Amino acid sequence: MNSELLIKNGRVIDPANGIDKECDVLIIDDKIADVGKVEKPAQKVIDAAGKLVTPGLIDIHVHFREPGDEEEETIASGSAAAVAAGFTSVVCMPNTKPPIENETDVEYIHRKARQARKTHVYVMGAITKQRAGVELAEMGLMAEAGAVGFTDDGGGVQDPGVMLQALKYADMFDVVVAQHCQADGFAGNGVMNSGYYSTILGLPGIDPLAEEAMLWRDVQLVKKTNVRYHALHISTAGSVELIRAAKKDSLPITCEVTPHHLLLTEECCAEYDTNYKVNPPLRSAKDIEVLKEAIAEGLIDALVTDHAPHLQSEKELEFLAAPFGIASLECALALYVKALIEPGILDWVGLVRLMTEKPAKIIGVDKGTLGVGKQADVTIIDPNAEYEIDVNKFRSKSRNCPYHGWKVKAKVEKTIVGGEIRFEA
Amino acid sequence: MSKRIDSFTHKRIHEIMALKRKSKQFKWQRKHLLGLRELSAEEIIYILDTAKGFEQISTRSVKKAPPLRGKVVVNLFFEDSTRTRNSFALAASRLSADVIEFTEKASSVSKGETLLDTARNLEAMGIDIVVIRHGAGGASKLLSRNINACVINAGDGFCEHPTQGLLDVYTIRKIKGTLEGLKIAIVGDIAHSRVARSDMWAMTKLGAEVIFVGPPTLMPTQLSRLPVSVSYSLDEVIEKVDVINMLRIQFERLGGNPFPSVREYSHYFGLTVERMKRAKPDIMVMHPGPINRGLEMESEVADGQNSVILEQVTNGLAVRMAVLFLVNQAAAQRH
Repeated sequence: MNSELLIKNGRVIDPANGIDKECDVLIIDDKIADVGKVEKPAQKVIDAAGKLVTPGLIDIHVHFREPGDEEEETIASGSAAAVAAGFTSVVCMPNTKPPIENETDVEYIHRKARQARKTHVYVMGAITKQRAGVELAEMGLMAEAGAVGFTDDGGGVQDPGVMLQALKYADMFDVVVAQHCQADGFAGNGVMNSGYYSTILGLPGIDPLAEEAMLWRDVQLVKKTNVRYHALHISTAGSVELIRAAKKDSLPITCEVTPHHLLLTEECCAEYDTNYKVNPPLRSAKDIEVLKEAIAEGLIDALVTDHAPHLQSEKELEFLAAPFGIASLECALALYVKALIEPGILDWVGLVRLMTEKPAKIIGVDKGTLGVGKQADVTIIDPNAEYEIDVNKFRSKSRNCPYHGWKVKAKVEKTIVGGEIRFEA
Repeated sequence: MSKRIDSFTHKRIHEIMALKRKSKQFKWQRKHLLGLRELSAEEIIYILDTAKGFEQISTRSVKKAPPLRGKVVVNLFFEDSTRTRNSFALAASRLSADVIEFTEKASSVSKGETLLDTARNLEAMGIDIVVIRHGAGGASKLLSRNINACVINAGDGFCEHPTQGLLDVYTIRKIKGTLEGLKIAIVGDIAHSRVARSDMWAMTKLGAEVIFVGPPTLMPTQLSRLPVSVSYSLDEVIEKVDVINMLRIQFERLGGNPFPSVREYSHYFGLTVERMKRAKPDIMVMHPGPINRGLEMESEVADGQNSVILEQVTNGLAVRMAVLFLVNQAAAQRH
C-alpha cells in the first residue's frame, strides 16, 4: 500500500514552477503527487496554515569533516543539523583528511549519508590529488560514482596551467568546477581582511585582490574552455564586478554567497574573537552593500553556508593560530531572512529560489522544485516565529558560531526528505 | 595642512592642561595593560607620573620597595627577548615580587598545549600578574579574558608593545618637557612593528605629530584612517623632526621581498652621520633595541650625543615598575 502525506493550506512557494499561492501538496510514497486543492483524504495530514511550504532547501557548500575530523562533525551529526535547518540536500566539500579524490572516497560519503538517513548528501571531489594543485584527481571516475562537481575548496588551484587542464578535462563529463578564489601570493599568511582593522590589530591581512585576481584569471580560462564554473563564497565588491561582466558575456559562470559575508564586517574581529575568523575573511560594509545589490540584481546564483565546524579548543587559540570557519548551518535560513528579507532585498519567492531551484541547477541534480513526479523533498517554515539563536541547541558537534544570542525570525517546522518526515520542531 | 595641525595641536594643549589638573584626583582602574590604543591621554599621563616616583628607587643604595611583597609575577615569553624580559624581572623584584620565568619556544599549536592551557596551569599555581610576550597579535587580550590574574602585554605580534610606547613617551617628556607640538618620525618596518603602533597611540594622544617613514612595502594598509602622516623619504623628514625613533629591521618577521638589499635599505633609511648633519641640533635619537649597527643606524649616531637609547632602557625600568604597581593596585581594589 502506498503511503500518503498531505500538507494542507500552506503558502506553497515553488519558484521553478512559478507557484506562490495558498494550496495543498500531496505526497505519495517518495514523490510529489499533486500541488493544488486536494480534496480527498490522506493517511497523514499536516496542517500548514500560516506556514510556508517550499521545495527542500539545498546548501551546496558544507564541511562535514568526515573522514578525518570526526570530533568536529560527522556526516551523521551534520545531516541531523541539516534537516533541522530545513536542508534536504547538502554538498560536502572534499577537504577532508584524506581529501575526497577517488570513487571510493565518494562512495564512503554516500554510505555514511545512507546510514545517517537524514538529508541527501552530495559530494564534490577534489580537482587535484591531495588538493595539492599539481596533478588532476580522477574526476571522471568520481563523477561516475556520483560526485556533483569538483573543487580544491579550502584553497584555490594556484597554477593557471593546472586550472586550464582541469577545466578542459572536465568538459568530458558535464560537471561543474568550483573554485575557492584565493591567489596565495596576495593572501600571504593573512588571517583577516587587509585594511584598517588588520593594521590596528597587528594581524596579517588578506587583500581582496587575492580573491579577485584568481576570479579574473578563471574567467579568462572559462572564456577559453566554456566549461561550467562556480565561484565559491564570493566576498568582495570587485568580485561582483567580475561576475557581472562574465554574466554579461553569457559565460557559464555561477556564484554563491554566505550569510556571514552579508551580515558581518571585518570590524567584528576587533576583539580577536576567533568565531569571526573565516576564509574568505569578513570584509567591509561597502562590500556587504555591493553583495546585497548583486543579489537584488540577480547576479548571485546560490545562498550557501560554508558550514565549517571546528573544535572549541582550536577556536580558543590565538587569532593567528585558530582555524578559519563559521558553523552556521542550523541558523542559515533565519540569517538569510535577516540579511535579505527584512531589509527588502528579496521576497520569500526570491529567497527560496536561491536556496532551492538555482543551487540544484548548479550541481545538476533534479531537485529544488515541487513539480509533480519529483522526489518529495519539502520544507515547512514558520516565517513569523521569533526566537534567539542558541548554539547549545545545535545538533552540529561544533559551536563556533558568532550568532549566539541573535534575535531572529523564521523557523523550520518540518523537513520532509523523499516523502519521509525527517525533522519536526 | 600645517595650519590644520597647528590648530589641532593648540586644541590638544588645552585638553592636556585640563587633564593634568584633573589627574590629581584620577584613579587608575585597569587590572590589565594590553595596549595604548584603548588608553586615554589621562591614563597615559597617570602612568608616566607614577613612573617618575619610582625612578629614584633605582638610584638608592637599597634598590627595593615593598608594594608587591608576597605577589607572584610570571614572565611568560613565547618569543626571544632580553631587555624587555630582564627589565620586567628587575622591575618586579624591585617591588619585592617573586618572579617566575616561563619560556616557550614553540608556538602553541605545534606544542600541543594551548596558550590558555598554559595560562590556566600557571594560574593554578597562584600567580598574580602575567607578563606575556607572544608572536600573535591579540594574545594578551585572549589571556586577559580567560584568567583572573592581571595581564601585562610585553609585545603581541605586531599589534602593541605598550610598555615600550610608555617608556618612549616618558623619555621624550623627560628631555623635552612635553610632547605637545613635537614632530616625531618613526622610521623602518612599520608594518611589522608593535613599537610603531604603541608609539603612535601614545605620542598622538599626548599631542605630538607622528610621521611614519619607510618604504611602501613596509607600511601597513589604510594608514589614512590613523592619526599619522607617511613619508617615503627620510631625507625630507630628517630636517623637520624633533625626535626620530629608528626601528630595528626584524629579519625574522619580514615576509616576501620588501626591499632589494640591506645595502639599498640603509641607503634610503639608515640614520647616518651625513643625514644627522641636516637634523635639528637637539634632535633626540631613539631606538627600541637591539640595534643592527650599520643597518638602520651608524654606530657613531647610536653612541652620539643626540642618542637617548640607554636612557630609554633606564626609564623602561621605572615605567614597568609603575605598570606592575598600578595593575596590582587595581586588582586589589576589586577584591
